[in-house]
Amino acid sequence: MADTLLSVRAISKSFHGLRAIAGASFEVEEGHIVALIGPNGAGKTTCFNMIAGVFVPDEGEIRFAGGRIDGMRADQVCVAGIGRTFQLVKPFAGLSVMDNVIVGALRRNKHVDVARRKAQTILDQLGLTQKSDQPASALTLPDRKRLEVARALATEPRLLLLDEVMAGLRPTETDQMVAIFRNLNREQGLTILLIEHVMRAVMALSKEIHVLHHGELIASGSPDEIVRHPAVLECYLGEETV
Amino acid sequence: MLLMAVLTAALLILPAFADTYILSVAILILYFAYLGQAWNVMMGFCGQLSLGHSLYVGVGAYVSAALFVHFGIQPWLGVWAAVLACMAAGAAIGVLAFRFGIGGVYFALLTIAFAEFTRIGFDHLRWVGGSGGFFLHVAQREFNDVLALRGSPAMFYYVMLVATVAAFVFCAWLLHTRIGYYWQAIREDPEAAQALGINTFRYKMLAIVISSGMSAFGGVFFAFYYNNLFPEQIFSMSRSIEIILGPIIGGIGTLFGPILGAAVLTVLAEGITELMAAFGWEIPGVKQVFYGACLLAVIVFVPRGIWPALARCLGLESRGKGPRDG
Ligand SMILES: Nc1ncnc2c1ncn2[C@@H]1O[C@H](COP(=O)(O)OP(=O)(O)OP(=O)(O)O)[C@@H](O)[C@H]1O
Ligand SMILES: [Mg+2]
Repeated sequence: MADTLLSVRAISKSFHGLRAIAGASFEVEEGHIVALIGPNGAGKTTCFNMIAGVFVPDEGEIRFAGGRIDGMRADQVCVAGIGRTFQLVKPFAGLSVMDNVIVGALRRNKHVDVARRKAQTILDQLGLTQKSDQPASALTLPDRKRLEVARALATEPRLLLLDEVMAGLRPTETDQMVAIFRNLNREQGLTILLIEHVMRAVMALSKEIHVLHHGELIASGSPDEIVRHPAVLECYLGEETV
Repeated sequence: MLLMAVLTAALLILPAFADTYILSVAILILYFAYLGQAWNVMMGFCGQLSLGHSLYVGVGAYVSAALFVHFGIQPWLGVWAAVLACMAAGAAIGVLAFRFGIGGVYFALLTIAFAEFTRIGFDHLRWVGGSGGFFLHVAQREFNDVLALRGSPAMFYYVMLVATVAAFVFCAWLLHTRIGYYWQAIREDPEAAQALGINTFRYKMLAIVISSGMSAFGGVFFAFYYNNLFPEQIFSMSRSIEIILGPIIGGIGTLFGPILGAAVLTVLAEGITELMAAFGWEIPGVKQVFYGACLLAVIVFVPRGIWPALARCLGLESRGKGPRDG
């Protein structure tokens, strides 16, 4: 039915002898929302960094829309159609919220005026309009997370990588974010791969979940399957409220 | 608005009223404002700290002077050769540094090293006088010839005024294009910039090439205004520092900062020199101590520079339009 947009095949990555990712493989179908979960230090962010071109995998390959992307630079991966957020947020602190998003929107629009209009719609979507003139450094952490999302969305990606963007949000705010992503997915066909500890969001959004533990993929399946998976319960979900 | 009009008028008619001394100070201000603007492109906009901008001024000066002295090529032509030479030098440094991920302090050290190498090279380059200096034939200044950069101080004043205004307009325009936005993104966070699809290498190269090319003109002006060039002066580290003090004190990354900083520094430095002369004191190094004190005062009282603080007082805060461009 759906085509495979992203395929990660047996990728490994070590840092000074420490295996952060060991032979993980999974796929993301076009138009799906897929979650990557697992305990702290499981290697989720490392996995994102390899997809996004920050690290080159030691082994394995990554394909996006049919082409190899492992070994590409981060900017080339973005141009190819993957947008990402940073777990440790990286706002352009000295620029206004609006200008932050304009930088993203300039990816597909050469002219600043066009990019500004595009940025305005995205700021509206994420409820940041009121803060668009503030310097990004003045934002609260939840707003910085929203800015991360806004900036990545502005590059008009086919695949959006979200690294713990719900962390620190209140439940009502989480629900708002969930609604935003669901809309983007339904209306624009945006494919999303998200790392998240907030199970409320994971359960509400994802069609498919992959679980990482000590750099290895220990389970993959639908949300229903994952919450009943013995290995997952033991190493991760057992200690959290579902 | 009114203030701007008055200021413009004052700048335009200044040579008619000012004596030679005032005019020479005004020229110096414009000269440093121009070079500060050029340096600001790299550091203020793109976040790449160059401490060796005297390299481009020196190369620009020597190239245009050598073409003039040895081949009779007029500066209006020679300036293009100077610009190209400086852009090539900037590109070489850029490729070396940015390809291999040299940034921050190490990049700054590299720029110093290149300026030093070049100084040593020119010290031994007999073709342009070596360490003994290189002198331009000074023609009588009875009529102004802008294309030959020969004429009265007033002519030099207007040349530098036009250059400074042009640099300002050019930088203001750049800052509001995609290039300007991308530079600022790189300055604020290179990793985030790259994640948004910005080829950081390409845009850093663009910054160094534009900045060095702009600086070249400063060198050409210097050569034909002062008519003598000494490697140990023009390539010296202290010249690089003089260039960057203006924008630092005025406000790094702002458009008015380099101009304001150059004006404040030059006027105060001249004032000190005058005072010293008036009292008959002769203490070497006073200017340097004074620069140090100015820098200290700015860092303590207005860490982001005079212009941002002044703009806030005047209510000129950029309303979320251009970032930090005041
Ligand atoms: N750049 C790096 N250099 C060295 N070690 C790293 C680097 N990045 C990650 N690691 C290590 O790799 C392992 C996996 O880290 P990673 O950030 O991918 O985990 P994570 O699953 O995202 O965890 P969290 O839920 O806390 O964000 C950790 O042991 C971490 O210390
Ligand atoms: Mg992580």
